[in-house]
Amino acid sequence: MTSEATAARTVTLEVFRYHPERDEEPSFQSYEVPYREEWVVLDALNWLKDEVDGTLSYRWSCRMGVCGSCGMMVNGLPRLTCNAFLREFLPGPIRVEPLRGFPVERDMVTVLDDFMGKLTEVKPWIIREQEQPVEEGEYRQTPSQLADFKQFSMCINCMLCYAACPVYEHEEEFIGPAALALAQRYNLDSRDQGNEQRQRLIWSDEGIWDCTFVGECSAVCPKNVDPAGAIQQAKVEATNSFFLSFLPFTPPGMGR
Amino acid sequence: MADDLQHDLLIVGGGGAGLRAVIAAADAYPDLAVAMLSKGYPIRSHTLSAEGGPAAVIKENDSLEDHIHDTISGADWLADQDAVEAFVREAPGEMVQLEHWGCPWSREEDGSVAVRPFGGMRIRRTWYAADKTGFHMLHALFQTSLKHTQVTRYDEWFATRLLVEDGRCQGVAAVELRTGVMRVVRAKAVILCTGGGGRVFPFTTNAAIKTGDGMAMAYRAGVALKDMEFVQYHPTGLPGTGILITEAARGEGGILVNTEGRRYLQDYNLGEPLDVSDPSHPQLRTMELGPRDKLSQAFMKEQEAGRVFEGEYGTYTHLDVRHLGERLINERIPFVRELAKDYAGIDPVHAPIPVRPVVHYMMGGIDTDMEGATSLPGLYAAGECACVSINGANRLGSNSLTELLVFGRRAGHAAAVWAQEHPEFDQASLRAQGADEQERIASSYLRPREGGERIAAIRRELNEAMEDGAGVYRDGARLQAATETIAELRGRASHLALDDHSHSFNTELTAALELESLLDVGEAVAHSALARTESRGSHQRTDHPERDDENFLRHSLAYRADGAPRIEYSDVTITSWPPAERTYGS
Repeated sequence: MTSEATAARTVTLEVFRYHPERDEEPSFQSYEVPYREEWVVLDALNWLKDEVDGTLSYRWSCRMGVCGSCGMMVNGLPRLTCNAFLREFLPGPIRVEPLRGFPVERDMVTVLDDFMGKLTEVKPWIIREQEQPVEEGEYRQTPSQLADFKQFSMCINCMLCYAACPVYEHEEEFIGPAALALAQRYNLDSRDQGNEQRQRLIWSDEGIWDCTFVGECSAVCPKNVDPAGAIQQAKVEATNSFFLSFLPFTPPGMGR
Repeated sequence: MADDLQHDLLIVGGGGAGLRAVIAAADAYPDLAVAMLSKGYPIRSHTLSAEGGPAAVIKENDSLEDHIHDTISGADWLADQDAVEAFVREAPGEMVQLEHWGCPWSREEDGSVAVRPFGGMRIRRTWYAADKTGFHMLHALFQTSLKHTQVTRYDEWFATRLLVEDGRCQGVAAVELRTGVMRVVRAKAVILCTGGGGRVFPFTTNAAIKTGDGMAMAYRAGVALKDMEFVQYHPTGLPGTGILITEAARGEGGILVNTEGRRYLQDYNLGEPLDVSDPSHPQLRTMELGPRDKLSQAFMKEQEAGRVFEGEYGTYTHLDVRHLGERLINERIPFVRELAKDYAGIDPVHAPIPVRPVVHYMMGGIDTDMEGATSLPGLYAAGECACVSINGANRLGSNSLTELLVFGRRAGHAAAVWAQEHPEFDQASLRAQGADEQERIASSYLRPREGGERIAAIRRELNEAMEDGAGVYRDGARLQAATETIAELRGRASHLALDDHSHSFNTELTAALELESLLDVGEAVAHSALARTESRGSHQRTDHPERDDENFLRHSLAYRADGAPRIEYSDVTITSWPPAERTYGS
């Protein structure tokens, strides 16, 4: 522990407050919370909620970085608050705000309707021309075929990438990093045959071409999913497919 | 009140069991109006915290008979054997089905699904997706459910009461969290898939949402909670946070070591240790691959003997996986490494992980039959909130993820059939019940009150009472004290003072409603444990240390009453496996 922290014993949280039944405009409220070496920002919020101010509103659940509920802006960057330690932000103050780019329901609770709709639009399920009966057992998939898409299947839908995305902030039609990565996850799955069905949407103006490849989404992803990489891959495929459509034959290794 | 909503089938709870039930009903009956109501988004459900994997017989060297026997003996013979047989038979098909739905199972080189060893299982039969298996299962189920566009979802709606009329469950009253409006959601059949209530204890792997809301709703509606005294302590949680370190760490060869550097499990009838370099290590059903109840009990004995480490967040022993090497750790248990680094400050490649037993799972739950049906017509339950029972007195690791699928599907089908056969509603009466519930909540919580208590204070005392009275080892006096404390807390909880009396996304109200659930669950656990004067599986009474088949080879049934619950018993179904001694260690 740094001497600074030991001396401090408390740290200041500047928390975004907005209540739709009361407030015209959001404001910030400052709270002193006990400083503990092992506490994350979420622990500090929970302490406030339990002991000081029951009106503070935010989502959380697993407190181990896998449910994706507790994403907030912490000192201006999108973070899972269950994995953002107070010690990273000493001596404070620590500014806590709702994820950027989303309408605010109340305090740190954002409206996720737009994303939930987009998730369905990319058809994130296995599409087959013919289903193999369960009695015939599993589809074979080698470890290397699994590796083709595994990284893109690790997304916990925590929305940090949307909060970091400069395009989504201004163009809400943009399907966005997590949903596009998920589309790519299914397109790359050897069991799936739905590539064409997903193309119309993901190759559209709201899809991959909206991405300006800033790469912030991948930089903030807490699970190393690399949505920017997924989008880039999809762009290459789309481009190849466009040029290949002019060729009378498919060059070896280029077909899908 | 706003207009009522109406469906044929309503599933409450958006985790693995609920999603499987939704898909089963929607697949079989495309014209059925199916709805799912969940207090969070389904993608946040606690199923995703499961790490190790689900068990199902698939490999040539395995047999259904072996999985059945492992489960029954693991349950200390308190499981219903007809249910276990159905469960084991249907498990492989369910797992293949989930594979067809895109679950990224880990694979062998030939492309077949890989399996790993797990505690209490004599054969490797746990399917896995590295060590984020529950996460992948939940997301595969959720994403597949999106295909069924006829399904209505009510995300972030908190069900507070079952609506019962003419002796039938006909829907729920629920608060839409965004607006705070109480709504009546009518349905011809309701399936509760709301998970367990581990949060009744202070130290648990369970997520914040695991407050036993469905169990409590059923209990209040007169349905029995079965075998609630059986609470599973997982042997390896991180001190302080209680974050789960998966049993797969031991399945892959991790060992448990005390302050003397001894693999102490050898002193507790769990067999002889093999050196970690021995190709036969880890041995199935032996040492670190013993069942969870025995391993957690061994820790407590080590603690009594003073052979555990003392830390700032309580005692612990060491889970050592260093000998696996960085490559295998990264391939098989990468999440363990991530969690240990983030939340224990150590890298398991280079240092042992501090671990201690932690409340993980409730074997007990809403009393159901094999189709998920409860004693209340029209009400079904599946998953951790239900007790069929296949888990008896101790669940084997990797049977619960399978249970979600097998019994989620069964309940989905059975409830869909029921819904089609029972079309009538008494709408006026249901609406009146909804209005009653709205008034109850408003008068209890949403009107300013002088001098009431804080939610957190009551919850903390409840947590302490449960840990003191109903921990790994129990006795009559401490359980009695716990029941008295809970009764007192119930009284005090009726005088809570909330800071937040508003409507939109009032999470303090949610916490108050969850506290109601926790008090019901805690009451059922403590009273059931007090009444069972024997030791079996996870229920260890120091004042009654022996298993007593003559009096207690029976399920307990806790019925809510004014004052203490009424405890009754029902027979355990024995088909082909008469009770015997549980033995581990080859």
